[in-house]
Parts: sequence; structure tokens; C-alpha cells
Amino acid sequence: MKRILLTFLLVTGCLCGSLSLAFAEEGIADPASSVPPTVSQVAPAPAPALAAVADPTGALTGGIADVVGATAGAPTADELAAMAKSEPLAAKLGDVIGHNRIAINMVWLLVCGFLVMFMQAGFAMAEGGFTRAKNASHTMAMNFMIYGIGILGYWMCGFAIQMGGCGGVPTLGGAGVLNSEFVINLFGKDFGLFGTKGFFLSGTYDVAVYAIFLFQMVFMDTTATIPTGSMAERWTFKSFVVYGFFITALVYPLYANWVWGAGWLSQLGANFALGHGHVDFAGSSVVHMTGGVAALAGAIVLGPRLGKFKADGTPNAIPGHHIPMAIVGCFILAFGWFGFNAGSTLAGGDFRLAVVAVNTMLASAAGAFAAMTYMWIVYGKPDISMAANGLLAGLVAITAPCAFVPSWSAVLIGAVAGVLLCLSVFFVERVLKVDDPVGAISVHGVNGAWGVLSLGLFADGTYGDGLNGVKGTVTGLLYGDSGQFLAQVIGTLTNIIFVFVVMYVFFKVLDKIVPLRVSPEMELEGLDQSEVGVTAYPEFNLTKTHR
Amino acid sequence: MKKIEAIIKPFMLEDLKEAMHAIGVQGMTASEVKGFGRQKGHTEVYRGAEYVVDFIPKVKVEIVVAAEMVDTVVNAIITTVKTGKIGDGKIFVLPVDSVCRIRTGETGRDAI
Repeated sequence: MKRILLTFLLVTGCLCGSLSLAFAEEGIADPASSVPPTVSQVAPAPAPALAAVADPTGALTGGIADVVGATAGAPTADELAAMAKSEPLAAKLGDVIGHNRIAINMVWLLVCGFLVMFMQAGFAMAEGGFTRAKNASHTMAMNFMIYGIGILGYWMCGFAIQMGGCGGVPTLGGAGVLNSEFVINLFGKDFGLFGTKGFFLSGTYDVAVYAIFLFQMVFMDTTATIPTGSMAERWTFKSFVVYGFFITALVYPLYANWVWGAGWLSQLGANFALGHGHVDFAGSSVVHMTGGVAALAGAIVLGPRLGKFKADGTPNAIPGHHIPMAIVGCFILAFGWFGFNAGSTLAGGDFRLAVVAVNTMLASAAGAFAAMTYMWIVYGKPDISMAANGLLAGLVAITAPCAFVPSWSAVLIGAVAGVLLCLSVFFVERVLKVDDPVGAISVHGVNGAWGVLSLGLFADGTYGDGLNGVKGTVTGLLYGDSGQFLAQVIGTLTNIIFVFVVMYVFFKVLDKIVPLRVSPEMELEGLDQSEVGVTAYPEFNLTKTHR
Repeated sequence: MKKIEAIIKPFMLEDLKEAMHAIGVQGMTASEVKGFGRQKGHTEVYRGAEYVVDFIPKVKVEIVVAAEMVDTVVNAIITTVKTGKIGDGKIFVLPVDSVCRIRTGETGRDAI
């Protein structure tokens, strides 16, 4: 255990060291005044500036100031100030109305966060079902412990890196204390790299900050649990624990900062007139592509399971042990996804969430149907495991564009995702010769990329006014904004390069210190006994009597 | 005394039990087994990759009867479980040296 902790500290230290070097070289200082208070997901109208005062009880959060911008006809700050003198009762009622607005938003955010948390159960069941009985405890243990490890890693430093400089969340009426982003200046423009406030949630004892912590944390954990699928059935638990802290505390939060925490990708629009910057409504790239690319790096370093490929390189089928469990897992994921996407309005009062929820539903249906049809035509059977993957592929793809497209686009995006998934699964297995037991690379990586690119194509300009500090709505290539598509391409390439390089190097280095792979004997025996000490299905063995 | 071992299709077990009751067989033992004969295995497809299932699930039924009952039982088994398609199974008849009922200590034909 000492060795693991040491490794973690070492890797963390190296990364922090190199970043502070950049700080010194670029010579940019004063993170406090760096980034204007914007967030990626915005209210429909300009919101009042958020005070950088922590509010631990919530007594100061949600008041008359939050009436401003609530609707198109809402009074302006000036009108409210003028009215307060002549109509004191109206001002008091306005305070209550503002409070209720924030209350609805916060409850919506938290309930959706709880739904996303339940997706952990979906991942556990899907991955557990698609792997073999002899490794079932081990697969479940990874999916279970990434929840605990993820929360702690994110609390220690992930949240601060991601959201420490976001400038607050107007729809929650607060979190203005998150006002410190580390920025470098290139070509005369500011590039936000990471937040610096809220390590261990210190200095941010604030109701809005805590709400956003919960919501962002469960998103992050979705990423962290994706590679456990591609690396299942052969990964040592020790090195998994180190990985868990690394991705939740550092890798995910950095990219998430660039897109959602007022970082440089979100500012491509404001700085370089590329649409609204890299737009990812609920996380096709931030959450899923990050997980999928990390899954690819991990599966490459780890190598295929014993017996996966014949001597001539053709793949063998290694059927999962519990298809019904995997299918239920996919259903749970689809259910949680409503929280994932519709919750990303960050506001119960933003009625666009109805469009988001319907698009989510449609894309998942199209993805499942397309994958089923493809398998039926090409392989003669409506393969249910691929259809279930297709459902998830549709969900992953619609996650970025769900708020910006009409229903026909959602169906098209989902259908393309379903077919893309099948092609990708076979490409990964037959061409790359990478063993991915559950299809995580194809579901999350490939379709995450398709999702953010599809936003750049299909966004129809009906939503997103003022997003990332850019006036006007989000418009894709097919509706005339090539800049938006370019921003999506930049965001996609950045993710692939950054995540792959960092995770590949991390796994290679970690392998030298804490070996990633179990011994061949243990792998043949099953990882349940050797790695986690408990057999998932002991009744199948004739080793016990009843007394 | 003879033991009759019949390897049959799993879903035929209930029918076989009824048929044995009808001709007065007192007891039987059934176990889930796997195997292949001339039917060989079959191929399945998992995520686009074909694989061969060599051992097909079957049920093995064991019945011990007096020697003169053997033909009746074997004929009853055949009429009950025969579908005429490949994979119907096989019947083996073996000699039995002795039988003992554990509870009472009875031996021989009394113990069947």
C-alpha cells in the first residue's frame, strides 16, 4: 500500500511540477483576475454578477437579484432598484420569487445528480455481465470502488482543477467563490488551463458550490469507470486503485476545465471567433471520449486476455457470463442518462430540458435499432449485446448536441452512432488487435467524438444564446457556421492527443512500479480469488458441503 | 437386475417421467450432463465472432429394474423421447451386481 501511495504522490508531483514550470516560464500571474465570470451552460439572459462570498447556510443564496434574467419579460436590475423605494412589498415578494427560482434549479440539479450516480450501478451490471463468471467479483469490485476512490480524488484536487475558476453558476445564484483560474497568455489571448480554488473544498463552504460539486463529481465518475470495462478480467487491483486517483484527481478535471470550467477550449469562440468555442452540452467529449480514449490506452498497455487471439491473430469470442444482467445494466444507464443530459441545463426553469430529454430518448432508440439491424443483416442474428451497446452509443453521441438539435437530427445522430459502434468494435478487435471485453472504446471513445462533431454539423441555431460569452445561438456547419464545426474538431483532437498521451505514459510508468497485469495462472484461474478474495458464484464449485 | 442409462434431450425429462410412472417404474435418477455424438456441437455468434459449442446440454436418466422389465422400459423410453431428428440421444443397458436400500438394509430385487 505504501508503494501505491508513493506512486500516486510521485505522479501527482511530476504533473504539478511540470505545470508550475509552465507558470514560471510564461510569467503570467494573478489568477484571481484572469477569467470573466462565465460558465459553459448559461441562463437564457444575462445574469447578475456573482459575489465571491461563501454562503454555507444558503441564507444569502437566491434573492431578488435572481429575478433578473429569469424570463424574457423579467425586470432589469435598474427597474428593480427604482421600484424598491416606491413598492417595498413588491420588492419583498421579488426576493421570494428569486429564491424560488434558485430553489427549483438546485433541486433539479441535485435530483439529476442522483440519477447520474445510479449509472454507476448500470456500469457495474453491464461490465459484470459482459465478462466471465470467474472474474465477476473482480469486475464488480472495480466498478464499486471507483465510486469511493473517485469521490475522494475529486474532493482532494479534481474539483478545484476543474471548477476552481469557473466564476460561479448563475442558475444556482452563487458559487462566485470559484473565481481563480490559472491562465497563460498566448498570441495576446488568455488561455485558461486549470482552476486553483477549492482543493478539499476548502474556502468554498457554499451551498451552490456543494451542489455543483455533487453534480460534477458524478459526471467525472462516469469517465473513471469506463476503462474498467476495456481492461477487465486481467488488471491488478493495486494498479487500478492508483489509476483511480490519477484520472479523477488530474486527467479528467484538466480537460473538463478547458471545456466547462472557463478554460481555453470554451473561449475559442470569444478569443478566435470560432462559434461558441468547443461546445459540449453534457459531456460527449468531456466525459465519454475522455473515458474511451483512456480505455484504449489502458487496453493497449495491458494487452489482450489470454486466449482472445489465435496464433494467426484472428479473434476468439469470449462470451459474457450473464447477458440478462448486462441488458438490465444498459437500461439503468439509459435511465440515468436523463439526469445526465436534461440535468445539464443546470436549471429546472430552463424548459429546453424537455427537448433535451426527448432527443436523448430518440437517439438511444435509433442507436439500438441501427446496431440490431446492422448485426442482423451482416451476421444473421439480432445480437442483443451489440444492440445494447448501440443504445449506449446513441446516448453517448447525443450527449453533446442534445440541447441544440431537433428530433430528426437526434434520430440521425443516434442511428449513425449505432452503425459506427459495430464498425468500430470490429475495427478495434480485428485491425488494432486490441481486446475490449465490453466495447468501451467504441461506445464511449468513438461515439464521444462523433457526438461533439455532430453538434458542429447539426446545431440548428435555436438555443445557446450567450453561451461561453458569445452572442447569438449555437449554429452548426449545415446551418452556416463553419467556425463552430472547427471548434468542435479542435476540441476532439485535443481530447484524443491529451488524454491518450497522458494515460499511455501513465500506464507505462505505473506498470514499472505496480505491475498492471495479473500472472497467467491467476488469469486462467479467475481474478475473483487472487485479486479480491471472494468468488462471485461459490455454489457453482464442488468445494463446499452444506454443513 | 439391469441399469438403463438414457441420454435424452433436456426438455423430454418430464414426458419420460410420466411414461415411466405409467409402466410401473418405481424410481429414477436424472442428471444434467454435456456431451456430443454424431450431432457434434453447434456454432453461436457473440459480438460478430463465431464460436463452436462442442458440448451440448443433455439429461442423463438412470433407471434400475428387474431384468424382465428391460424391454418394456427401453421401448417406452424410445416411444416417448423420439423426435426422429438428429440429437435424440442413446440408451445403454448395463448389468447390476447388487442393490441395497440404505434406510432398511434390504438388498436385491426388494431394494429396487
